[in-house]
Amino acid sequence: MAGVGEAHLRTDSTPLLSVEGLVVEFPAGRQGVVHAVSGISFDVLEGETVGLVGESGCGKTSTGRAIMQAPRPTSGSVTLDGTDLASLDAKSLRRIRPDFQMILQDSISSLNPRRKVKDIVARGLRVWNRGSRDEIDAKVREVLDAVGLDPEVVGSRRPHQFSGGQCQRICIARALVLDPKLIVCDEPVSALDVSVQAQILNILRDMKERYGLTLLFISHDLGVVKNVSDRVIVMYLGKICEVGSPDVLYANPAHHYTELLIESIPHPDPSARSRDDLFGRTAVDPPSPIDPPSGCRFRTRCPAAQERCRDEEPQIREIGPGHFVACHFPVERSANAAAGPGGDIAGE
Amino acid sequence: MSESTNPSPPLLRVRNLSTGFETPRGLLWAVDGVSFDLDQGRTMGVVGESGSGKSVLVRTVMNLLAANAVVPDDGEVLFRGRNVRDLDAIEERHFWGTEMAMVFQDPMTSLNPVKRIGRQLTESIRFHLGLDDDAATERALELMNQVGIPEPKKRLRQYPHELSGGMRQRVVIAIALSCSPKLLIADEPTTALDVTVQRQILDLLGRIQRETDMAMILITHDLGVVASYTDEIAVMYGGQIVEHAATSDLFEDLAHPYTEALLASIPRIDLPSHARLQAIGGRPPDMVAPPPGCRFAPRCAYRTDECEAAIPELISVADRMHTCRCIRPLVSHRDVAEAVVAPNRPGSS
Repeated sequence: MAGVGEAHLRTDSTPLLSVEGLVVEFPAGRQGVVHAVSGISFDVLEGETVGLVGESGCGKTSTGRAIMQAPRPTSGSVTLDGTDLASLDAKSLRRIRPDFQMILQDSISSLNPRRKVKDIVARGLRVWNRGSRDEIDAKVREVLDAVGLDPEVVGSRRPHQFSGGQCQRICIARALVLDPKLIVCDEPVSALDVSVQAQILNILRDMKERYGLTLLFISHDLGVVKNVSDRVIVMYLGKICEVGSPDVLYANPAHHYTELLIESIPHPDPSARSRDDLFGRTAVDPPSPIDPPSGCRFRTRCPAAQERCRDEEPQIREIGPGHFVACHFPVERSANAAAGPGGDIAGE
Repeated sequence: MSESTNPSPPLLRVRNLSTGFETPRGLLWAVDGVSFDLDQGRTMGVVGESGSGKSVLVRTVMNLLAANAVVPDDGEVLFRGRNVRDLDAIEERHFWGTEMAMVFQDPMTSLNPVKRIGRQLTESIRFHLGLDDDAATERALELMNQVGIPEPKKRLRQYPHELSGGMRQRVVIAIALSCSPKLLIADEPTTALDVTVQRQILDLLGRIQRETDMAMILITHDLGVVASYTDEIAVMYGGQIVEHAATSDLFEDLAHPYTEALLASIPRIDLPSHARLQAIGGRPPDMVAPPPGCRFAPRCAYRTDECEAAIPELISVADRMHTCRCIRPLVSHRDVAEAVVAPNRPGSS
């Protein structure tokens, strides 16, 4: 995987969010630089949910934060609805912040413990002077009601009086209240129990319909990502491995990393249990992002790695309708045999 | 579960065990009347959401409770015939590690950050087995090989922060295994880990369990994990076991509405994308003032007035091994439904 290239970008329509050549690096003291995100490009169409999935350290959170410009990326452009966020000065950036909001994993710690829920949700509206006191009150009621909280009951309470799932609802309400164009959701359900997780996923889906939202959904959980996404991007060590619609990508993973991820999921059905040890294949730790491998970054763990994977970074290329992979020797399956490994590679 | 059909007693027998905590609002019963048996060489999965009492249950079994915990005397934990609750402090220290050992969820906080791996790994070996430093190091290297840690000699001199999460969890497992316990309790051992690493750690635990024939209790909130790695499953809700069965029976013939709801709320990768999930409405019960009857009744899709009259008993469904705490277990609904549907499905096997 290495994923350079832009074959997966959509040129036939204007995307709401377009990320090009995004690089995020952090200083790592004397050891050098952490290459968190190494030149990825992708786009999100209006009304679409794009899922970003990968293991910890793959750069998915850094990507989300770079889009939020918090902190700003090392290089590359982030264009939201025609405006390049990375080139804006601090003042102009602040002015368009209401357009892109974020929902974080740890909902309880992202709410101010000393404020009442109605004030937390109303905060953005007050900062931006969006309407009179009554109008703000009405809007706060509307969004709290939309996420399934009774504004009369919860409005005067403080965050510690709520469970994790309810706090996440408050965070969603807070993100919604400014009518954003884009919401970046960073692991919004990872800290929740499955029954509550299902409630939050359903709310996000309803809110998307009701408010016409566009979501970038970051998660390590492949099942969750499949459930919410229109398009899935798989990341590994700061690069894109594979892009596709969830139904195609999960049924026919073309990248060996995607295949490994899917095979690793324990299946809630004992008759499907595969006791064949993935032990030998996966016992290797991911390499350090301070000194990533040459060529394809997944080659150190890849069962199909060959010399070429070390020397040459694979380009993202289309192997089926709307299905893209950055691999010299993709997983062979009858379904996508048309674009077998022998085919073209360097479409550079 | 089953009453002893074989003459020898089970490795672990838990009877009517309850654990409460003093809180400002009153006594909170985190575990409420739990009974089960576990035989040598078996792996039991305990599944439930946060607050269901699964962690407190195994901490009570291990006798690792905070000072404000209350355990009534009629609760029994018999390990190899001995009541764990009667052990004095000195006996207890020799009991932990050699008889029962535990692997916790977060390998970063269960290792000491300022001690080298080698020191932590050999500590219990030197204490319990009385080996000298060289022999203990020898045993530590052997253990590290067993749990698949590459370059064990180098690792022994490292500190926990120099290891990845998966490697740290392997170290914690190695420490737990160091004195060959008869029972290993793993409390959410993979929740903090990536899915690929989770698979490695579970495969490792499964392999070691088969090789050493020890018993294992695997606590998790993930039904996928228990389906793949256990012999039997106990589902907990509101401090009680609500369903207990052999793993294959549970998934084929689940009887409790809560188990059904839990399974339906998982976003499975074999479902089409955008499938609407069956969320369980409402919230888990307040354990200071639990609902009077069935604890799941307020959230249950099949609730009747009868459900709220009294706490249902654990009753056998289908066969003796499969028990369920519900007055109208789902198996009976399904039998009726299938009898009606079956003639219309000639092709179904």
